Amino acid sequence: MSTVKVNQKARKRAKATDKLATVLIVTFAMAIVAILLGLLGFILFRGLGHISWNFLTSVPQTMRAGGGIGPQLFNSLFLLFLTMLITVPLGLGAGIYMSEYAKPGKLTNFIRLVVEVLSSFPSIVIGLFGLLLLVNTFNLGFSLLSGALALTIFNLPLMVRITEQAFAGVPKEQKEAGLALGLSKWKIITSIMLPVAIPSLITGTILASGRVFGEAAALLFTAGMSTPPLDFTNWNPFSPRSPINPLRPAETLAVYIWKVNSEGIAPDATQIAAGASAVLVIMVLIFNLLARFLGRTLYRYMTASRRMS
Amino acid sequence: MEQSNTTPREARRRAWPMEKHRVEDWIGRIYTSICVVFLIAVIISIVYFVTSKGVATFAVNGVSLKEFFLGTNWNPQADTPSFGALPFITGSFMVTLLAALIASPLSISAALFMTEIVPSFGKRILQPAIELLSGIPSVVYGFIGLSVIVPFLREHVGGQGIGIGAGALVLSIMILPTITSVAADALASLPRGLREASYALGATRWQTIYRVVLPTVMPALLTGIVLGMARAFGEALAVQMVIGNSPHIPTSLLESASTLTSVITLGMGNTAMGSIQNNALWSMALVLMLMTFVFVLIIRLLERRNRL
Repeated sequence: MSTVKVNQKARKRAKATDKLATVLIVTFAMAIVAILLGLLGFILFRGLGHISWNFLTSVPQTMRAGGGIGPQLFNSLFLLFLTMLITVPLGLGAGIYMSEYAKPGKLTNFIRLVVEVLSSFPSIVIGLFGLLLLVNTFNLGFSLLSGALALTIFNLPLMVRITEQAFAGVPKEQKEAGLALGLSKWKIITSIMLPVAIPSLITGTILASGRVFGEAAALLFTAGMSTPPLDFTNWNPFSPRSPINPLRPAETLAVYIWKVNSEGIAPDATQIAAGASAVLVIMVLIFNLLARFLGRTLYRYMTASRRMS
Repeated sequence: MEQSNTTPREARRRAWPMEKHRVEDWIGRIYTSICVVFLIAVIISIVYFVTSKGVATFAVNGVSLKEFFLGTNWNPQADTPSFGALPFITGSFMVTLLAALIASPLSISAALFMTEIVPSFGKRILQPAIELLSGIPSVVYGFIGLSVIVPFLREHVGGQGIGIGAGALVLSIMILPTITSVAADALASLPRGLREASYALGATRWQTIYRVVLPTVMPALLTGIVLGMARAFGEALAVQMVIGNSPHIPTSLLESASTLTSVITLGMGNTAMGSIQNNALWSMALVLMLMTFVFVLIIRLLERRNRL
C-alpha cells in the first residue's frame, strides 16, 4: 500500500515539474518572439516615417540634413545582379558536380570540407582577401567588380549547397527513366533533373540574394566606401560617371548604414540610418516572401500537382 | 525516309547520336570540374595569402609571438611601437562566450516550444519567422544595438552604454535565430516513436523532453551553438558599432573594449599595405581564420557523434 502512496507522490511531483517546465519554456519562447518582433517593429516603425520617394532617390548629404540613399540603393541592387551573374553558373556547376559526378572518397570529402570551411569564414576575412588579391594585385581598385567577386566567394558555398540539395531532391525514377532512354548523363542533368530542381533552386537563390544584399563587412575594402557622382543618363559602361561602369567604386546600402552610424555628421544621421535600415529590412522581407511564393508556384507549375494545398 | 539503302554518309549521321552523347558528357564533366577546381583554388589562395601576410609580422618584422599573443599593450603608431593583441583576442572570446551563454537557453527553449509544445503553430508561423530573422543583415542588428540597447544600458545599468556587454547582447540577438533553427530542425527530425514510447511509459512531457529528447539531440544542439559562436566570433560591423573600440582588456561588462574584427575594420583603411602596422592586422585575420578551422573541426566531431 505504501508504495502506491509513494508512487502517487512522485507522480504528483512529476506533474508539477512538468507544469513548471512548460510555463518556463513558454515564457522564454514568448520572450524571444517578443524581443525579435519588437526589434523588427521598432526598425520599421522608426524608419518608415523617414522613407519617401525623395529619400529613396536623392543623393546623400554629408553636412546638411535631407540627404537620401538613391545611389546606395542602386549600387546594392546592381552589385547583387553582378554577384548573382557570376555566382549562379559557378555554384550550379560545382553543386551539380557534388551531387552527380563526385564519387564517395577522399577527394569528395575534401571538397565537402572546403565548402564547409569557406561557408564559415568571417566575411571580414573574405573582404581582406579581396583587398589584397582583387583590389591590389589584380589592380581592380575599389570597384563594383571587386565587390561582386568578393561577394561571389562569400556566397558560393551557400549556392553549392542549395544546388546539391535541389538535385538530391529529384526522384531517382526520373533519372533512371532518362538512363533507360539512352540519354547522356549531361542531357539527363540539364533536361530532366534541372527542371525538377528549379523550384528549390530559385527559392534558395533568392534567399541567398537577401544575404548578399545585406552584407557589408566583405565590401568595406572591396567595393569601397564612396560613390562618384553618378549621371543616370549616361549608360556607357566605360564612362567613369556611368552607373553601370563595373570599375567604379560603389558604396552599398549596408555599408552606408554602417558609415552613417559610426562617422555620420549630418544633423539627421540617426533618421537616415533608421530609414536606410528599414529599407534594408523591407528588401530582405520582399526577398523572403518572393522566395516562398515563387517556390510554391513553380513547384505546382513544374510538377503538375495543382490540386495539392 | 528509305531505310533500306543506307549510304555511308547516312550511316555516319545515324552514328552521330552516339558521338553527340559523348560530346555532351564531356561538356558537362569539364564545366562542373572547372567550377569545383575554382572553388578549391579560392580556398587554397585565401588560406595561403592570409597565412603568408599574417606570418610576416613575426617572420619579417620580427615581432615576437609572445608579444603578440600575451602582450596587453597595443600601440602601433608610437616611436617604439608595441603589438600586444591579447586585449582583442580576449575581447573576441568574451563577447562570443557571453553571447552563446545568453542565446543558448533562450534558443533551445524556443525550439522546444516550436516542436514539442505547439508543433503545428510552430511549424507554420514560428519557423518561417525565425528563418526570416536569420536573414536580417548584421548592420541592422548593429543599428538596433546603437539605438536601443546602448541607451537602455546607459540609463538603467550605468556607464557609457557601449562596451563588452552591449556587444554580447547584440551578438546574442543576432545568433538567436541561427541556434533556434538548427535546434528546431534537429528536434523535428527525431523519430516519432521515441517520444511515443516515453509517453506510453507514463512519462510527463517534461520528463520526455529532459530524459529522452534532449539527450538524443544534444550533439545537434551543440552543433547549433558552435555555429552561432562561429558567427559571433567572425562578426565585424555589428560589434564594432557598440563595443566602444578601446584597446584594453575590460574589467567590467560596461567597459569599452575591442575585438579582433573591430580592430581590423577600423585599422585596415588607415594603414599602408606592407607596413608593420598593416601586417599586425593580417596576423589578427590569421587568428580569425585559425579559429574558423577550430569551429569547423568541433562541428565535424559533433556530427560524427550525432551519427553514432
